[in-house]
This record gives sequence, structure tokens and C-alpha cells, in this order.
Amino acid sequence: MRLTANGVSCVRGGRKLYDRVSFSLTGGELLLLSGANGAGKTSLLRQVAGLLPLSGGEIGFEGGDLAEETHFVGHASGIKDTLSVAENLAFWCSLYGSNDAAPADALARLKLAPLAALPARVLSAGQKRRLALSRLLAIRRAIWLLDEPDAALDAEGRDTLLSIITEHRARGGIAIVAGHATLALMPSREIVLGAAEAAAA
Amino acid sequence: MTRAFSAMLRRDLVLSLRAGGGAGIGVIFFLAVVMVVPFAIGPDQKLLSQIGPAILWSGALLASLLGLDRVFGADAEDGSLDLLLLAPLPLEVIAFAKALAHWLATGLPLVIAAPLFGLMLGVEGKASLALAAMLLVGTPAIAFLGLIGAALAASLSRAGLLIAVLIVPFTIPVLIFGTAATEAAIAGTPFGTAFKLFAALLLFSLVIGPVAAAAALRIGRGT
Repeated sequence: MRLTANGVSCVRGGRKLYDRVSFSLTGGELLLLSGANGAGKTSLLRQVAGLLPLSGGEIGFEGGDLAEETHFVGHASGIKDTLSVAENLAFWCSLYGSNDAAPADALARLKLAPLAALPARVLSAGQKRRLALSRLLAIRRAIWLLDEPDAALDAEGRDTLLSIITEHRARGGIAIVAGHATLALMPSREIVLGAAEAAAA
Repeated sequence: MTRAFSAMLRRDLVLSLRAGGGAGIGVIFFLAVVMVVPFAIGPDQKLLSQIGPAILWSGALLASLLGLDRVFGADAEDGSLDLLLLAPLPLEVIAFAKALAHWLATGLPLVIAAPLFGLMLGVEGKASLALAAMLLVGTPAIAFLGLIGAALAASLSRAGLLIAVLIVPFTIPVLIFGTAATEAAIAGTPFGTAFKLFAALLLFSLVIGPVAAAAALRIGRGT
């Protein structure tokens, strides 16, 4: 399994965010994307996920259909307020067709089990983030694209997140994490977006 | 695939029917139209029962357009649409499930309410039932055509009016053949040419709607 980006560029609103970003990741590797606000971390993740068209370059994946192997956890969490916590997760499990799903275990791991029957409306920001992250556990997919996954999480939540990511890598999964290096992720690679522009200026 | 389809259908149905989902808005609007017309026309019962089916058709058509902006708009707002694009289920099938759920929650109640509202306009019982039967064919056609507008406007906020403006011209054939088929049914010859063309419009929209909506969503994903 190999995920590659070859000379990927992104132009948004007539402004060039980044130009010719390349990387190559194999199983177990983690790429950390850092950079200032607006440098394009989210845009690059969305391009890898196929949710944003490429302005140049190409994304390649050996080992299956990229979209069907990808988990994307972004700022908008895809949580429906009127559904219960368990219903929210169960829907994605059914839609993504995961047979090895263990939604209850995933919720327990993220300390959401006591809240399972409550409507998601009553969750705090951190609890909503945990619910979004529970998809990663309940549905096995090889590539995790995480956009500031530690946002709104408390110290315990960050520890859980870290161990979940470590286990994913140990199983041979690939992860790309955008963030501000508050997690001790031990990335195999790091790309600082906007660094070239800063040097040129 | 069946499991994923039914999960999608069930989720959208539950979301519409639970508090704040807005499933009842269409029926209330429909009722408002039917209630207002007799006051505007005046107490001429013969005239009312004559134009009653046309009023019911117009009311049902306009009521069907309400809530279309939420079909994809709500998912685009909260990030669900991104996750739907990463699902193994083809986007066309997802769009079909969403349109079906939308029709079940908002279109089917209109069909059920129509004979009742027909009484308020003095439309005869038999004619009312014929009209409801025709609405059963017509409202899904409108919902699946409306799906295209909903997908085009997915990433826009407050897109309800835009969707109505985009979709109304495409629903005019449904209205023309629907009312013609209803007249024929009331006259006692329900399955003539008008009904065949009308049913063809439904089949056409069932196919074109989800395919065009999926294409619109794919084009719009970058915005």
C-alpha cells in the first residue's frame, strides 16, 4: 500500500496556496502537515480525500479504491443533532458497510458509552469531536486524514487519540494529520506549508 | 449495498420526522393555499368544485418545493456531505435514497391530505380520490426533479427560493399532464394518453434526478 502526491498544487480564490507538494507514504507512516492559519493544511487533506479538485499534480494510491479506504475527520463533524450518539455512529457504520464494526466498543473507548442514548445536540464540543473520532475505530479504513483532530479535546482525550493513531500505524495504516504539533505523534515526515512563500517574501 | 441504502433512507426519514425536521411544513402550506382560495373566489360552489382539482394540483406542486433546500443543504453545512462522498455507495444511489426519503416525509402526506382538502373546495369524493391517485404519481416526479435543484444549490445557504426558481419550469410538464390525467380520471377514462405521458415523466425523473444530482454534487465539491 502506498499513497503518493506528486507536485500537488492548490489555487483557491485566485490565490496560490501551495505549489508542487510531493510526498510518498507507505503502511505505518504518518505525515504531519503544519503551517500557519490559511496555509492550506485543510485544503491539502481535502485534495487527498478527493473532496477538492487538484489545481495541478496528481494523487496516487496503490492498494484499492482511495475513496473507499479513506477516513476524513474535519472541522465539520457530520453529526446530526437530533440523532442520538449511538444512532449517529450506527448510520456511518451501515453506510460504510463495515462488518467488523464494533460501535459500542468504539464509543466505550472514547468515553461516550454513558451518553450513547442522548441526542447529539447535548454534547459539548469535545464530546462531538470524540464522536467524530469514534468512526475511525468502528469502521476499519487504511488511510486516516485528520484535520486538527485534537481540537476541543481534553488531556485525556488527547492521550486516547494518540494511542488510537499509534495502534492504527502499528496495524499498517497510513495517517496524515494537520495540526499545530500539540500531539507527540512522532511523524515519519513533516511538511510545513507556506514555508517556501515565507522564505521568498 | 441494500443495508447502506436502507440506512441512508432511514436516517433522512428520521431526521425529517423528528422535531425540527420540517416534514409538516408542506402540508400546512398546502392547507393554507386551499383555505385562502375560496375566500378569494367567493361563495360560488359550482365554480369552486370545477377549479378545485387545479387548485389542489397547484398547491401540491408548490408545497413539494418547500424543504428541498434541506435535502443536501443540511448535509453540506455539517460536513456529512464530505463523508457521503467517501461512502462505498455510489452517489447516484445516495441521491436516490435521499429523494425517496424526502418524498415519503413531505410528498406522501400531501397525497393523503388531498382528498380531505378537496372536501373543503367542494370537489366530489370520487374526483378527490382520482386526484389523490394522480398526485401519487406526480409528487414523486416533482421530488426527484427537485433533487437536481437541491444538489445544485447544496453549498449555498438560504437556497430555497433559488431552487424553486430553477425547478418550477421543469415541473410544468408534470402539472400539464397531471391535470389532464386527473380530468380524464374524473371523466371515467383514467389510463389514456395523458396518463401514459404523465407516468413516463415520473419514470424519466426517477432516473434523471439522481444522476444529474450526483453530477451536480461532484462538480460543486470544490466550492
